[in-house]
Amino acid sequence: MSAQSVLFDAPGPRARRRHAILAAVGAVIALVALYFVVRKMQEANQLQGYMWEPFLTDRSVWRDYLLKGLWGTIKAALISIVFAGVFGLLFGVGRLSTIRPVRWICGVVVEFFRAVPVLIMMIFAFGVYTRNGVFANDINPLAAVVTALTLYNGAVIAELVRSGVYSLPKGQGEAGLSVGLTTGQVLRSIQLPQALTAMLPALIGQFVTILKDSALGTAITYTELLTWSKTLGSAFTNTVPAYIVAAILFITMNYLLSRLAVTVEKRLNRRGKTAGGAHATPAPLPGAAAAD
Amino acid sequence: MGEILSNYDVLAAFWGTIQLSILGTVGAMLLGTIVAILRLSPVRVFQWIGTWYVNTFRNTPLTLLMVFSILGLSFILGIQLNTTDVSSNVFRWAVVMLSVYHGAFICEALRSGVNTVPAGQAEAARAIGLTFGQSMQHVLLPQAFRGSVAPIGSTIIALIKNSTVAQVIGAGEAANLMSTIIENEGSRFSVFLIFAIGFVILTLPLGLLFTSMSRRLAVKR
Repeated sequence: MSAQSVLFDAPGPRARRRHAILAAVGAVIALVALYFVVRKMQEANQLQGYMWEPFLTDRSVWRDYLLKGLWGTIKAALISIVFAGVFGLLFGVGRLSTIRPVRWICGVVVEFFRAVPVLIMMIFAFGVYTRNGVFANDINPLAAVVTALTLYNGAVIAELVRSGVYSLPKGQGEAGLSVGLTTGQVLRSIQLPQALTAMLPALIGQFVTILKDSALGTAITYTELLTWSKTLGSAFTNTVPAYIVAAILFITMNYLLSRLAVTVEKRLNRRGKTAGGAHATPAPLPGAAAAD
Repeated sequence: MGEILSNYDVLAAFWGTIQLSILGTVGAMLLGTIVAILRLSPVRVFQWIGTWYVNTFRNTPLTLLMVFSILGLSFILGIQLNTTDVSSNVFRWAVVMLSVYHGAFICEALRSGVNTVPAGQAEAARAIGLTFGQSMQHVLLPQAFRGSVAPIGSTIIALIKNSTVAQVIGAGEAANLMSTIIENEGSRFSVFLIFAIGFVILTLPLGLLFTSMSRRLAVKR
C-alpha cells in the first residue's frame, strides 16, 4: 500500500465516484474474460463431470499420480537445495578469499554457471550419465536434474553469500581484526553468521525457483509432477483438467513459500539481529521468486 | 568442435533463441506494464486482478505453461496461432508463454522501482502546486523507471536463458538443436561448451550493460 500513497493522493468525493465506476468496468471486463474462458472450455467439452470428478472422488488420482509427482518434484528440489547450499557456501567464501587465484577461479565458475540455462546443463548431464552409466538407470534422470539445479542455484547462492558479507557494515570486520582475529576467523565467526541469517528469505525464494525448475526434468524423462499429470491426463482422458490441477498445486506450494519468505524477512528486520541490517541484494524483491 | 559446427547449423538455432528472446521481451514488457498499472492503480478491483496475475504466473513453472499451450490450448481447445504451419504455431505459443510468464516479473520490477521513490518526493511535488499529471511526469515516474532498471535487466537476462524451455514443445532454438546433437553424437563436452558459451555471449554483455546503466541512472539519495 505504500506505493499507493506515493503515487496518489487520498481520493476526494469525485475521485471516489470515478474509482467506483472504474471498479465496475474492471469487474465487468474480468467477468467477460472469465465467461469466454468457460465458454471455450465448454465448446471443447472440457467441463464434463467425468473429467473433474476423479480429483474429488477417485483416490487413485492422488495416490497413483499426483502425490507421486509431487514427491518427485519435492525430492529433487530438496536434494538440490542441500547440494546448492554447500556449493554456494564454498564458492561464495572462495570469492571472498584473500588469495587472488582462488577468488578469480571461483568468480569465473560462479559467473559461468549463472549464465548457462539450466536446461542446457540438464540435457548435457543426462547425456553423460546415460552414456557412461554413471548411476543406476532409474536414477540417471534424478541425478541429472539435481546436477543442473545444484550448479545453477549454487552459483546464485554463492552470489547471495558474497553480497551478504559485502553489505555488512565495515565496522564488523574491522572490529574483529582489531581484537586480533585473522581474516579467516573474522569471516567464519563474525561475517558469515550475520550474512547467512540475512540471506534466509532469499534462500527460501531460491527454493521456489528450484521447485519450478525441477519441472524441466520432464524434458529428460524425470518423473515429477508435470510428467505425472500428463500421464494422469492420458489415463483419465482429462488432459486439460490434469494440467490445471498440477498448476494449482505448484502455485499453492510456491505462493505459501513466498509468503513464508516475506514473514521471515519481516521477523528478521524486527529482531534487528543483523547489526546494521545486512541484505542479500541479488533478490530484487523481498521474498519474491526470481524469474529464472 | 569444428566438426559439430560445420555439420549442424548452430547459428540458426541461436538465431531462433534471439528471436524468441526479443519477441518475448517485447511481449513481457507490454504485459508487465499493463499489469503494473493495474497493481499500482488506486482502484481495488484492478489491484486484485493484477495481484492475481502476478501470483498465478510467477508461481507456475514455465515448463508447465509451455506444455499446456501446445497439448492443452492448441490440441484440445483448438486455439492455433498458425493453422497451417505447425512449427510456426509452436514458435508463436512459445513467445506468448515467455511473455505471459515474464510479464509477471516485469510488473514486479516496475513496482519495486516505484517503491524506491520516497513519499516525500510526491508530497513535495504537490506542495509546490504540481498537478497529478505533472508530478507523475516530472517527479515520480522518472525516478521510478531509474529504480527499476536493474530488476528489469535481470528479468530480461532470465528470459533469454528461459527461452530454452521452449525445447519441451520443440520450438526451433538452441536447446532443441543441442538435444538433437547429443542424441546423434553422444554427450560430448565440446557440444555443451558450444551452447554454454553461446549463452554466455548472449547474456554476459547484457548483464554488464544493465549493471552499468543501473549505476549511472541510480538516483542519489
